[in-house]
Parts: sequence; C-alpha cells; structure tokens
Amino acid sequence: MNDSPLLDVKDLSVHFRSEEGEVEAVRNVSFHVGRGETVGIVGESGSGKSVSALSILRLLPYPSAYHPSGEIHFEGSDLLNVAPKRLREIRGGRISMIFQEPMSSLNPLHTIERQIAEALVLHAGYGRNRARARVIELLDLVGIDNPVGRLKSYPHQLSGGQRQRVMIAMALVNEPKLLIADEPTTALDVTVQAQILRLLERLKREMDMSMLFISHDLGIIRTLAQRVYVMTEGRIVEEGTSERIFSEPKHPYTRHLISSEPSGKPPTPDPGAKPLVEVNDLKVWFPVRRGVLRRTVGHIKAVDGVSFSIRRGETLGLVGESGSGKTTLGLAMLRLLTSEGRIYFDGDDINAFRQSRIRALRARMQIVFQDPYGSLNPRLSVGEIIGEGLAVHARAERGSDAHTERICSALEEVGLDAQMRTRYPHEFSGGQRQRIAIARAIVLKPDFLVLDEPTSALDMSVQAQIIDLLRDLQDRYGLAYLFISHDLKVVRALANELLVMRGGKVMEQGAAKQVFSSPEMDYTRALMRAAFELEG
Amino acid sequence: MMQLSALNQRRLQNFKNNRRGYYSFWIFSLLFFVSLFAEFIANDNPLYVNYKGGSYFPVFVSYPETAFGGDFETRTDYRDPFVQSLIEEDGEGFIIWTPIQYGPSTINLDLPSPAPSPPSAENWLGTDDQGRDVVARVLYGFRISVLFGLTLTLFSSVVGVAAGAVQGYFGGWIDLIFQRFIEVWNSVPYLYLLIIIASVIEPNFWILLCILLLFSWVALVGVVRAEFLRGRNFEYVLAARAMGVGNASIMFRHLLPNAMVATLTFMPFLLNASITTLTALDFLGFGLPPGSPSLGELLAQGKANLQAPWLGFAGFITIAVMLSLLIFVGEAVRDAFDPRKSIHAP
Repeated sequence: MNDSPLLDVKDLSVHFRSEEGEVEAVRNVSFHVGRGETVGIVGESGSGKSVSALSILRLLPYPSAYHPSGEIHFEGSDLLNVAPKRLREIRGGRISMIFQEPMSSLNPLHTIERQIAEALVLHAGYGRNRARARVIELLDLVGIDNPVGRLKSYPHQLSGGQRQRVMIAMALVNEPKLLIADEPTTALDVTVQAQILRLLERLKREMDMSMLFISHDLGIIRTLAQRVYVMTEGRIVEEGTSERIFSEPKHPYTRHLISSEPSGKPPTPDPGAKPLVEVNDLKVWFPVRRGVLRRTVGHIKAVDGVSFSIRRGETLGLVGESGSGKTTLGLAMLRLLTSEGRIYFDGDDINAFRQSRIRALRARMQIVFQDPYGSLNPRLSVGEIIGEGLAVHARAERGSDAHTERICSALEEVGLDAQMRTRYPHEFSGGQRQRIAIARAIVLKPDFLVLDEPTSALDMSVQAQIIDLLRDLQDRYGLAYLFISHDLKVVRALANELLVMRGGKVMEQGAAKQVFSSPEMDYTRALMRAAFELEG
Repeated sequence: MMQLSALNQRRLQNFKNNRRGYYSFWIFSLLFFVSLFAEFIANDNPLYVNYKGGSYFPVFVSYPETAFGGDFETRTDYRDPFVQSLIEEDGEGFIIWTPIQYGPSTINLDLPSPAPSPPSAENWLGTDDQGRDVVARVLYGFRISVLFGLTLTLFSSVVGVAAGAVQGYFGGWIDLIFQRFIEVWNSVPYLYLLIIIASVIEPNFWILLCILLLFSWVALVGVVRAEFLRGRNFEYVLAARAMGVGNASIMFRHLLPNAMVATLTFMPFLLNASITTLTALDFLGFGLPPGSPSLGELLAQGKANLQAPWLGFAGFITIAVMLSLLIFVGEAVRDAFDPRKSIHAP
C-alpha cells in the first residue's frame, strides 16, 4: 500500500459550459504525486495546468465546469465523488493550496492572527491561547521576523513576500500531506521569489509533505521538482524526471519551450553616435500632505537624482524590483509626469518645453506598456488604434489612402497581417496585442521608445518572439530603447547599457556586459544571484 | 442594417428578457407616436371639407369663413352650426371630422349641464370647468409632457456629461472647485426660485426649459465624473497622451464611451423626473402658460372640483400610467447594461 502514490489522477477531463459553447480545458490528463515527492506541472497560460490543480480540491465554478471523465484518488477516496463533508475535511486539512496573488487571497479586514487562527479554531477546536501560540510558531516557521509583533498586522501592512509567507503559514496550519502551489512566486520580485522557493523546499522536507508545483517558469520547475509534466492545450505531452526533461526533451513542444528562453545578444550601436537622450539629475517627488491644511510634510522620492544618456541604436536596460521607481522614471522622461531636472532630447531640454511644443515632439518618442490588455482601447478597431497618432502628427486624414497605407505597413512591420486592421483587440492573443501596441508606437517612426516591461505579461515563447521583433526593429531603424524590466534574463538579451535602481536611486550603472559579469554592489549581486541561480 | 457587436447584442437580449420593461417600451412608444399625431385625432378643424366640389384641408390650412360663403374674414369655426349648414347647403358638400371633434382649447358651447360636465357620448371623459374636452386635453397634455421631458433630459445630459467629463478628466483644482459649486447649487431651492421668476416673466415652453435646465444638469455629473476619474489613468489613455493626442480627442474617443453606459442607464429616470417636475409646476400654476393643455393643470382642476371626479381620475391615471411605463423601461435599460447579467443557458 505504501508504494501507491499519495495522489493519483487518472484520465481527468474538465469542460466548461459557456455562452459560446463548450470549452475543453483539460483533456484526459493522468498524473500522480508520490509521498515526499515534488512534482512540477509546467505550461503556458491556457494550457490547463491551473484548472487541473483546482479540480483536485473541486474548486472550479461548478456546475458550469464539469468532468466528463476522470478519477482523483487521494488516501482511499475518489475526490470527484466524495461526500461534501469529507471533501471539506480534506480541503485545508490533508491537502492545502497556495495561490499566485497573495493580496487578493487574504481578507484585507482581518489581522494576520485571525486569518491563520480561523482554521485552527474551526477545524481543530483550539482555544484562543493555544491558537495564538500555534500561530506564532507557524509564523516563525515560515520565516517572518518578530512573529509576536506581526500578529495584529493587516495584510496591507506587509510586503508581497511577507504576505505570501502568511499564505503559506495558513496552508500549513493543519499539517497537510500534500501542498498544491499554483504559481506561488509569479507576483513577487526575483530576490523574494528565491527566498520563498527555498522556504517551500525546507518546509516540504521538515514536514514530510508532498508538493505539486504549478508554474510557467522553467527555471523554477527545474530547480524544485523531481518529476515534471509538460502541459499544453489541455494535454500532458511529456513527463519525466526533471533532469531528463531538461537535458533531452523528446516532445517538440517541450523542446520549443526550453529553446524559447530569452537569448541572443543586443546589436552593437555605432560607437561614434551622439547621445539622443540625456537625463541629468532627474527627480520625481510626490508630496506627502498631512493635516487639515494639507501641508507638505515630506516627499516620496520615487525617482531621486538619476542621470544617464542613450545613443541612437542603443538600449539602456533599467532594472529594479517593484517600487524602485522604474516606471515613474520612464513616464517622467516622456513628460507624462511632472519632474525636476533636465531631459535633453536631441539637444533640447524638453523638461522646459511648453505642452504645445511637447505635443509636436511626441511623434519622436513613444511608449509600449506592460499590459497588452489594458493598453488598447477595446472599443476601437486595430486600425483606429494605430492610426490615432497619425491623425495628430502626420496630417494624414483618417480614412485617406496614405493613412491606411501607413497603418498597414506598421502592422506588417510587427509581423501581423494588414487585413487585421478592421478587427478589435479582444480577438487577439496577448502576444498579438503586444505587437499591435508596438505597431502603434512605431507607426510615427519615432527615434526613441520607452518599453515598460513589454514582455512581462506574456508567455515564455511569445516573450522570445517579441524580443526578436524589438531587436529587429532597432537594427532596421536605429531606435534608442529605454527597456524597463524586472526580468534580468530579458534585459541581458537586449541591453547594451544597464542601470540598476532601488528606492528611486541608482545602485549601479555601466556597460551591460560588465555589470552582468562582475557586479560591484551587493544589491546587484543579490539580484543576479536570485535571477540566474534558478536557471541551474 | 447596422451590425451590433456581441456586447450590444447581449445588452439587447437582456433588455428583451425584462418582459415587463420590453412591453412597456413598446406601449409607451406607441402612445407617444400616436400623440405626435394628436392633430389628426382630436381637433376642432375637420380633416377634409368638400365645398361646392372644391377640396379643403382645414387641418393644414386656415381658411377664412368667407371661403365657405360666410360673412367674416376670420378663421372658420367649423363647429358653428351655421357654418356647417353653409357647407352642406347644396347637398354635395360634406365634412370629414377627426375622431374627436375637439381641440385642446375648444369649448363645448352645447353642454347639457354646467361645466365641468360628466362623461357623455360627446365628451368621453367629460369636460373641465371651462367646458373643454378632457380626452383632447389629456392627449395634448401627454404629448407636451413627454416632449418637454425628452428635451430637458437631452439638454441636461449634454451639459451634465460635459461638466462631469471636464471635472473627472482634469481632476485637481478644477474638480474641487466644481464639486463645491455643485454642492452649493444643489442646495438652492429651485421651486421657490421658479415661483419668483414665474411672477416676473410669464414662462413659455422654452423659458421653462432653460430655468429647469439650470438645476437639472447636475444629476449626471456625479456618475460621469466618476467614470472619467477612473478612466483617465487607463493605459490606453496614457498611450494616447504619449502619442500627443489632444485632451478633447482623448475624452471623446477613449473616455466618453465608458461614461455612456452610466448615462444611458440614468436617462429614463431623468426623463421621469423631468416630467414630474413639469407636472408639479403646472399643478401649482407656475408652469406652462395658462390655457395650454397640461396634466398638472388637469390635476389642479380635479382638486378644485371634487364634485367632478372624472377630472382627477383622468389626470391621475394618465400620469400614473406614463410614469410607471417609463420606470419599467428604465429598469429594463438598467438590466441591459448590467455587466453581471448574462444569458443563462436554458
């Protein structure tokens, strides 16, 4: 009996009913998790990996979701047919789950103590004092400093990493045998990500748990999991030990996935080129106001005295964790935020320009945003979205031949069919949407592009395509890029120069090659270690 | 044929799914449509007169009495038995009347009992205290109420959306000052103000509309402002700004469509409120000029003549039906734009 796996999923299918008809999210999937084993499921968005994990605890929106086939065996019961009472005992008791977004998974109105103790009081019948002692013990276990002091904190008072630790503590309350982790580190910064992963590994060992780890990130899966399942389009296409999968992938999809890690070198700019953009001691301070008279008592220094320059055809990689002021800097450079300091664009200090002069200049500097869903107006067709700037700057009337022609050529430039211009954003995938956003930025033939995490919301293989596209465009038009990212791997593939920011200040600055090979500051070293150590 | 997007098709379906509201919409539209042609239903000018082989259309053209062999150069009073006998004198001439032979201001000079007289075959809902036919007055009163309500709603929506858009989009000081102004403005007791104004100048349709517009535009500012405040930080708005698109253009192309959902949801209720305000003013005697057909005035007469209950009933039922139909339509519109409502598989 001990040989049988802890969790055995056989021939599981999940279908969703919706207005448009049936969606087959998971098709005849079988996998198992042995005792004390860490199993990874890897796949891109829409591959059905999360849905498979959620159906183990029957957490899907039934009845619009249903299982045409399948068995899920766990400790002698088939979870798909088990009585509701037994299912509740298993949920949170024998099997626990942690989710991607720690902020929305915690109740914002309850203290940390109350969130964790709830399960103890409800399930295990603990008294107040015993529950508190256990909560402190758990917080200590998941590595929260000063656990006693943290008991009365609310979720918003904690950082993202701490919140994720609290989530893990909640999952561990009843010492589960199986922990299902659904992208638990995706929303976190790299350094925090590494800490959380080490914590999970340690806890799994100490508490003798099994772990089912779901991620899109090959690096994480590779370091953490012993066995890996590769999922795509609702099917498991390959399974095997972690080593084998990564060293000799058999299925073409797995090979494609592994080869799509961002790679390649940035094109070398002409060394004699003059600086196109020069930023001198740029500051963006947001006033903090207090009291009835709203007097300014201090400032949040989002960007505090940053200087750099970018030449034509060059990419400056701007790296930093969330809250370091990278995006603020990018917006301030385009005069979308008020800032102090000098911003030279092609020799002129544009921070002294009036709005009307800025508007004329906007054709030469453009921005691409992170979220390809939020940055395109859902009510406008692709052609209208791309043509918007043309109507302002190129004096090409909407609907004129010249207008249409430029839209079409921009679409073709980013690898899309010109016929698509009459369609609407919702008909496109994330990667295609990002291409549309890039087309909108380049249709005016700018000299300078701010790329604000343009690949972060995309799947790995799409990411690689977008990077290739950006590199290609840079090569063709000698564009200067300010590439903002938290992902060092992507930056390495694109940036000539590197600037590391933390808390609004520059930590390190220099040629990308040099910073990557021999970082000088401790912080940069920690960042690099966290990012590349996971690669194995 | 206009192609509706999937979203709008779903909205239309939601609207239809609210059966009560859907039927109310058609009933109301029918009533309104019919009332637009009130001149062909209730009029003291006949539709057609054949006089000595010639054709006359008194509904459209005003003929002097001399045209029919009368004595006066003034407009013909076709209800006058003398005129009727002139026309029909040679045995060939005839008159085709509208179904109701009374206009809104026609006085029935041939009443069997003193005005207000009770319902009869001649005056289906009786007459008011000046001997005017109640059916005709209700018909014209309904039309002017709805037309007034629609015009006021349209104008106050335009002003309200514009004000809310500017506040929400620019935010900061503009928003702050505007908000305080609206709070002060809202607390002005407009009914009294109207009464004062009405005692100085005699209001007509357009003057009344302007005065009410001064106060009714604030209704939409709140929702529109909220939509613009929310929307101005959308990435696609930021992207448009980065492209150098002007403020007015951003507001129109990117933000206004978002605010239109809230606006359209509000509109039927705004229409209701406008109609009620007009009725209230007419009831008090500060509304449309005396003598114009209005439901409020009919109610006031009903109150003054309790011995003639048909006045009160006619006024009350008309107003109750009209407002109820509009509320039902409003509910259906609200359902239509409710994002949480989707079609459930049967």
